[in-house]
Amino acid sequence: MIKSLWNDDIRQFFLAAAMAGLLAMGLATLIPGARAAETRTLLNVSYDPTRELYQAINDAFIKSWKARTGEDIKINQSHGGSGKQARSVIDGLEADVVTLALAYDIDAIADKAKLLDGTWQNHLGDNSAPYTSTIVFLVRKGNPRQIKDWDDLVKPGVSVITPNPKTSGGARWNYLAAWGHELNRTNGDQAKAEEFVAKLYKNVPVLDSGARGSTVTFAQRGLGDVLLAWENEAYLALQEFGDGFEIVTPSLSILAEPPVTVVDKVVDKRGTRALAEAYLKFLYTPEAQAIIARNFYRPRDPEAIKKTAATFKPIKLFTIDDVFGGWRKAQAEHFADGGVFDRISGRK
Amino acid sequence: MNNQAIREPALVRWTLTILALAFLALFLALPLMAVLVEAFAKGWNAYLRALSTDVTLSSIRLTLIVAAISVPLNIAFGLSASWAIAKFDFGGKSLLISLIELPFSVSPVISGLIYVLLFGLQGLLGPWLVENDLRVIFAVPGIVLATIFVTFPFVARELIPLMEEQGREEEEAALTLGASGLRTFWLVTLPNVRWGLFYGVLLCNARAMGEFGAVSVVSGHIRGLTNTMPLHVEILYNEYDFVGAFAVASLLALLALVTLAAKTALEWWHRDELVATGH
Repeated sequence: MIKSLWNDDIRQFFLAAAMAGLLAMGLATLIPGARAAETRTLLNVSYDPTRELYQAINDAFIKSWKARTGEDIKINQSHGGSGKQARSVIDGLEADVVTLALAYDIDAIADKAKLLDGTWQNHLGDNSAPYTSTIVFLVRKGNPRQIKDWDDLVKPGVSVITPNPKTSGGARWNYLAAWGHELNRTNGDQAKAEEFVAKLYKNVPVLDSGARGSTVTFAQRGLGDVLLAWENEAYLALQEFGDGFEIVTPSLSILAEPPVTVVDKVVDKRGTRALAEAYLKFLYTPEAQAIIARNFYRPRDPEAIKKTAATFKPIKLFTIDDVFGGWRKAQAEHFADGGVFDRISGRK
Repeated sequence: MNNQAIREPALVRWTLTILALAFLALFLALPLMAVLVEAFAKGWNAYLRALSTDVTLSSIRLTLIVAAISVPLNIAFGLSASWAIAKFDFGGKSLLISLIELPFSVSPVISGLIYVLLFGLQGLLGPWLVENDLRVIFAVPGIVLATIFVTFPFVARELIPLMEEQGREEEEAALTLGASGLRTFWLVTLPNVRWGLFYGVLLCNARAMGEFGAVSVVSGHIRGLTNTMPLHVEILYNEYDFVGAFAVASLLALLALVTLAAKTALEWWHRDELVATGH
């Protein structure tokens, strides 16, 4: 009885399972791309719409570093909603440099994880923001809803696509731009501004976690009448999806300064400080500024700015420092738990 | 006559059949076709090129490694747990069963978050790990841990009812005839449950390769390093690389089809035995 039950099946099964496991492992090691571990690497943890920008920047920097030092390096990228990315760094994602959507997310890394000191924003020129952008509207071809300015977004029946300000940096810029517009129109009436923004978010059917998710929702899935987008993201969408869309520049918008910085504790531990600093300084060189302009970010370099005059429409911009008293204040007031955004989204 | 009494009218039968088929077509066949159509939208060459980029290959490699570690561990665990539960009596048995089933009822996002809370820099063990230069989350070990957690119940869930149904008589007979416990396990218990085991392994493997939520939380999304195939699909999609996204998705779909084919083939080859053992 016992003998007859012991057939070869079970032995075969384990043999087959072991073989499959070994095969998987073997295949895994055979697949090319397992580079020599000796190559030094940098990890750049960035926000959502910079994927194409940093692909181009990294290629250029790797070449320039090789020419300067003879060393081959590799730059790893991670992208996602800016707030979410900051959270990952706080939780231990070992970023040598962070290039996020707004200063507060880097402040959060300094405050909560103490990975860099609070004065980080003074370490590089232009508030540590080698490029700027602003918030514009992307609408469907022919602008069927006749969306011209911020006021058109709160009209009944207009469907607005914007990501979640809790996780996305771009979404927070969108929110503050709308607030600043209404504040400007009403000569500083905060209550009116809150009412305006609340009305706007009532027109939002879905809040994605990052700017790129919202762009895909709008452009690929065809939801919504208007996308509140980073200027660079809007131009990229035009380039990717071609004719179906057009950009509307509002009368007034916010100057977005996405900052970059070295994460002190990580680079000191990994011995990559010099490399990481060179990488960020490279962003300010004419070569990188030209790449920045090509990817539809607004460069800082006067020469590069001249060349973008044909692309970017002139737009009146206000800064977060002028209208909201800086990111820390804006974050605490509007986006922290129990802040204005929680209040108005609870009111839905 | 008897036949007619238990049969529904033709109209009802056809309606139900068509409904079932339409449902299958709508929710299984069409999406699968859509994946393939998108993957090959720019032709065979674009498909191959999309699959042979460095980052895509490394996501395939990572997925294989994760499955190759987590599936054997879950076989070992599932076998020992189900053996203990089905063949022995001990206190806290029902608690153990509930614990095994926990990953089924917990959202994968939570499964990922518990590891961040445990091993993250601000977590319980995080500071100690950093001091000793050990990386768990945002690296391969964390991805393996999260995958093991979500695939934990698959093997055990298949085996426990099977073993319970088979009872202990054969094992008791083997023991009376002088076989040792381990020998009894290898010669009696294991051969009896081999089909259930195989089925559990297939399911476990499919989920290990396809898991998104839990892995997404602990991955850190570093291109070419910590992206498994499902995560890589999302990234490619977000980068407007639709051919790339659907090409990788087609590999995952292929995995599902192979799993299905393997299961069907096995059932067919061993249909006599399956009938004999009542399956």
